[in-house]
Amino acid sequence: MLELLNYEFMQRAFAAGILVAVISPLIGTFIVLRRLSMIGDTLSHASLAGIAAGMLGNFYPLWGALAFSLAAAIGIERLRKRFSQYAELSISIVLSASIGLAVVLISLAKSFNADLMSYLFGSIIAVTMQDIYLMLALGIVIILSVWLFYKEFFYIAFDEDGAELAGIPVAALNIYFTVLTAMAIVVGMRIVGILMISSLMVVPVAASLQLAKSFRQTMLFSVMIALVSVISGLFTSYYFDLAPGGTIVLTSVAILVLVLIRNLFGRR
Amino acid sequence: MNKTMLKLKNITFSYGNSIILEDVDASIQEGDFMGIVGPNGSGKSTLLKICLGIIKPQKGSIEIFDTPISRFKDWGKIGYIPQKATAFNQGFPATVEEVVTANLYPVIGLAGRVRKCHKAQVDEALDTVGMKDFKQRLVGRLSGGQQQRVFIAKALVSAPRIIFMDEPTVGIDSKAEESFYELMLKLNKQKNITLVMVTHDIGAIDKRINRILCLSDGKVLEHQCGLDTSCDLYGQAYGSHAVNPIRHNHGRRGGNVGAS
Ligand SMILES: Nc1ncnc2c1ncn2[C@@H]1O[C@H](COP(=O)(O)OP(=O)(O)O)[C@@H](O)[C@H]1O
Ligand SMILES: [Mg+2]
Repeated sequence: MLELLNYEFMQRAFAAGILVAVISPLIGTFIVLRRLSMIGDTLSHASLAGIAAGMLGNFYPLWGALAFSLAAAIGIERLRKRFSQYAELSISIVLSASIGLAVVLISLAKSFNADLMSYLFGSIIAVTMQDIYLMLALGIVIILSVWLFYKEFFYIAFDEDGAELAGIPVAALNIYFTVLTAMAIVVGMRIVGILMISSLMVVPVAASLQLAKSFRQTMLFSVMIALVSVISGLFTSYYFDLAPGGTIVLTSVAILVLVLIRNLFGRR
Repeated sequence: MNKTMLKLKNITFSYGNSIILEDVDASIQEGDFMGIVGPNGSGKSTLLKICLGIIKPQKGSIEIFDTPISRFKDWGKIGYIPQKATAFNQGFPATVEEVVTANLYPVIGLAGRVRKCHKAQVDEALDTVGMKDFKQRLVGRLSGGQQQRVFIAKALVSAPRIIFMDEPTVGIDSKAEESFYELMLKLNKQKNITLVMVTHDIGAIDKRINRILCLSDGKVLEHQCGLDTSCDLYGQAYGSHAVNPIRHNHGRRGGNVGAS
C-alpha cells in the first residue's frame, strides 16, 4: 500500500502536505480565536489574482501569489485603521477587490485551464521541487516566528488592550501576523488549493477547541488533526483520482463531526 | 516617609465637545487604599485610563513615581483590572496558568522565553489569591469570583507597586466579595501594594479605605484622608434622591448607591 511513496511526485506531495498540516493550524489557532476567520479566504483570493498575473506575465505563479497576498495583507492592515470600529469591513473590502482583480486577470490571460484548476483545488502531481523550496523557506519563517512570539500572539488573542498595556507592540505584531498568514496561504495553496486552504486553517482548530484543555493543547491537537486529514486525504486523492484539496478538507470536517458527536454523547 | 506614587495636576479631558473631567487634581501616596466614587458617567473609568496612559488628557500633567507619564517605561510596576475584566470570551481555551503567565511580559520582554523562575512567580501570585489548585483549569469554566481572583493574580504577577481596579466587585456574590476585601487588605497591609479602586459600593469600602476621591460632573468633590467630614458628600455627588450610605448603613454591609 505504501508503494505509492516510491513515486517522486508522491514524495513531494507528502513533504508539502506535512508542512502545510503543521503550519495552517499554527496560524489558524490565532485566526479563529481573534474571530478573523475571513482573513484566510481574503488572502487566498488575493493570491489567486497573483497566480493569474503570473500566468499572464509568464513568471513563476507562486511569486505572484506571494506578492499579491502580501499586498492584500498590508491593504487590510491599512484599512483596519481607517475603519477601526469595523474590523471585518477592511477584510471584506480587500476580499472584493481581490476577487474582482482575479476574475479580470484570469479572463485577460484566457487561462481557465487545468493549470489554474490545480491551483484552485490543489494537486498531488503538480508540486515541483521549486515549489517545495519556496514552501520550506516560508514554512521555516512561519514556525520560527510563532515560536518566538508565541506569548505575545497569545496575549493579543486573549486580550488586545491588556497586551498593549503590558507594553507589547501590538500594532506591529498584528501587521507581522497578517504577513505570516499571507505566507501560510502560499505554503498551502499547492496541495490544498486556493479555495480550501483557509478551511484547513479553521476546521482542525474548531475540532481541537472541543477537546483541548489549554491553549497549548489547542494548537497541538489542531496540528495533529490537520496531519491526519492531510495524510489520509492524500491517500484518498491518489487512489480515487480526486483533487486533494477536497479530500483533505472533507476528512477534517469528518473529524470535526466525530468530535462533536463524541462530546454530545460522551459528556452530560 | 511615604512617597508619592501618582500625581495628577489640572487634568481636563473631553470626548469631542463634551467635557468629562475638568481641572482634576489628585495624588496617591504609597500604601494608600483609595476609593473613587461617583455616579455612572461621572468619569471614574476615564480617570483610571488617564492614570494608565490609555487615553491622553487635553490638558494637565501626570506623574508616575515622579516621572512624567510620557517618559514612564516600567509598566510592570502598575497593575490594572479593567471594568468587566471577566467579560472575556468564556470559550477561550486558556488555562489559569497561561493567562497569568501572559502578564509576565513586562518582566520577560519581547520574544523572551518563560523560565523556571517565571513559573515560580506565577505560582506565588496564584498562591496569594488562593487559586493555585486551579492552575490547570480553563479560565472560562471558573465562577465569576474565581475568575476575578485570577485577574488579580494576573495583575500581581509582574510585582506591581500599585493596582488600579474598576468596579471589581460587580457581578460577584457577597461571599466572594467578603474574601475579595480580605485579599485587598492583605495586599495593602502585608505586601504594601497601593490600591486604587473605583466602586459604587461606598458602604463596603468606607471602613477599609484611607482616602477617597469623589467625582461629580467632571469635578472632584472631595479628595481627602479619612472620612469623618464627608457625610454630605454622597448626597451631593449622587443627587438628592440618593441615600447617604454612611448614615444609613450602620451594620449593614454593601449598600449600593449607584445612580441607575
Ligand atoms: N469612547 C467614548 N467616546 C465618547 N464618550 C465616552 C467614551 N467613553 C466614555 N464616554 C463618556 O464619558 C463619560 C464618562 O464615562 P466613564 O468614565 O466610563 O464613567 P464612569 O466610569 O464614571 O461610569 C460618560 O458620559 C460616557 O458616556
Ligand atoms: Mg466606569
